[in-house]
Amino acid sequence: MSLLELENASRLQHGVWIAAAALLAVLILAPWWADDSDLRSIAEFAYLVAIAQMWNLLAGYGGLISVGQQVFIGIGGYTLLILSLDAGISPFLCIPVAGVVSALFAVPIAAVVFRLQGPYFAIGTWVVADVFRLALDNVPAIGGGSGKSLTSALMSIPGWQREATTYWIALGLGVGLTIGVYLILRSRLGLAMTAVRDSVPASESLGVRVGRTKLLIYVASALGLGMAGALIYLTKLRVSPDAAFSMDWTVLMIFIVVIGGIGTVEGPIVGTAVFFFLRAMLADFGPWYLVILGSVAVVVMLKARRGIWGWVAGRFNFHVFPTRRRIRVNSLRSGFAEMPPSPRYLTE
Amino acid sequence: MSLFAVVDPVMQGLLLGGMYALFAIGLSLSFGIMRMVNIAHGDIIVLAAYVTLVVVETLAVNPFVAMIVVVPSLAAFGYVLQRVLLNPVLGDDILPPLLVTFGLSVIIQNLLLAVFSADPMGIHADAVQTASIGLGGGLAVGVLPLIIFASAVAVVAGLELLFAFTGLGRAFRATSDNQTVAQLMGIDNRHLYAVATALALAISAIAGSFLALRTTFVPTLGPSKLLVAFEAIIVGGMGSLWGTLAGAMLLGVAQSIGFRYNSGSGILAGHFVFLAILLVRPQGLFARARRS
Repeated sequence: MSLLELENASRLQHGVWIAAAALLAVLILAPWWADDSDLRSIAEFAYLVAIAQMWNLLAGYGGLISVGQQVFIGIGGYTLLILSLDAGISPFLCIPVAGVVSALFAVPIAAVVFRLQGPYFAIGTWVVADVFRLALDNVPAIGGGSGKSLTSALMSIPGWQREATTYWIALGLGVGLTIGVYLILRSRLGLAMTAVRDSVPASESLGVRVGRTKLLIYVASALGLGMAGALIYLTKLRVSPDAAFSMDWTVLMIFIVVIGGIGTVEGPIVGTAVFFFLRAMLADFGPWYLVILGSVAVVVMLKARRGIWGWVAGRFNFHVFPTRRRIRVNSLRSGFAEMPPSPRYLTE
Repeated sequence: MSLFAVVDPVMQGLLLGGMYALFAIGLSLSFGIMRMVNIAHGDIIVLAAYVTLVVVETLAVNPFVAMIVVVPSLAAFGYVLQRVLLNPVLGDDILPPLLVTFGLSVIIQNLLLAVFSADPMGIHADAVQTASIGLGGGLAVGVLPLIIFASAVAVVAGLELLFAFTGLGRAFRATSDNQTVAQLMGIDNRHLYAVATALALAISAIAGSFLALRTTFVPTLGPSKLLVAFEAIIVGGMGSLWGTLAGAMLLGVAQSIGFRYNSGSGILAGHFVFLAILLVRPQGLFARARRS
């Protein structure tokens, strides 16, 4: 055993990974054992995790706090609408295409909103989302303000096949984007990104290309949100500007991430679970449910800024997705025991 | 195209700018003094509109009289809000204050929905709302928009005087320049920030009362007020209150002309002016030179 050692995964971590893989296998088979309403709930859980991961990537790791990320959900939804209804492309194929379209839109949007700093960036992104909403209100060809139904694009697909495929894509996005964020964080880009978040001058002086890093993260987040947006509207079957570009999407992303634990890969999953629980408990209370959810988020921000998972990880030093490589310093005695004996010219 | 078709929307737009300036000043103050952006700013304006409605109906008073109650109430709310919720999260990290005010925005909106429902409400009490002054040639200006515009000018002038000539104004400027040094000179930041937010909310209360007089309102109106306030600040240039007024007027004109052209694209025209300014002159039209 040497003095310094890279920490390996613990036995508990292995256990969690195996349990997660087993759970995933059960979930993949869900179309054969679950009824329609369960399938829809799991799909919703998965796409909420997906969009929360995308906001977490941007804000929690990239330090880019946007309250206008609904713009990419909307772009995804409208890409699905236009391509499946007017171009006759398979709605399932539209989902990856929507991600690409959304990422392409992210580049010019970034050119505008990146001119704003800090908190003003946040509101600038919101203006952009409002521009899209208002502009699509004025395009009657795709339904104008009242939007358009997708039903006719889906009629040719048999019911079970449609439900199951939609479900698998949702599950794939939830799991895939979570793993995607984890892989980005373990990469050079992830390291550069968190450096930029923590200090722009320091990271710049170490050779991180700040502008490029921010842009890459923004585009990556748009890619994920565009796919999620197309999937979401595949389940909702109707796209309208007010719903697709609604602030509510970003409200969900932010509350889920803040409550679950900002800046952790596990946080969005925990936050989505808390969200589902609160929503089920408060279903009969109308607007009060958002009042309570908002209050929980504010209290978390005031009292436990790192959220539920941040607290767990700090308290028990446990990570399902360890994004930092930790070096363990072994006790001096065992460390010295392994060291070669001092050369003679030193001891003599 | 007749002269009327050009002059009328421009004139109405300039006056509308007075309303937008009142929306923007509170937001500009809290950023200028504390480097904090209050995402709930628009919702607080809408809250003030509802408070005005309640005061007018329960006390059966003229809306202008109601402001004597509404403005101090919101100022007190602002003071407490800053001390209890916002001071603890202010710091180098911009994320916590943004997220707390974001949560507050959702809370206020949904509280208003729970209490007042989503039905549009308005105050129909005063002759001022419909009165107008004819200028000949078919042109007329409403008395209420004129009063609102005059109030905006008065608020900006009053704040400039406050900053230039009072101890409080000096303390605000000192804190804005360098918070740490100001603290070393004996300024109690927590109190000063709370006073700044009280002031910002007092002005937002005036804006909210005028909003209630001018149009009907719904609980979800807040974000659109925040956006127009934000755009006025950026267009006018940060750090200049007169610039904010000018930016607000430019947005008002853009919206008014856009609205005349196509009733669905008024607000969109305002957004385009904002985006154009951001691309061409990101420091805003009347930015005050700032060392940073």
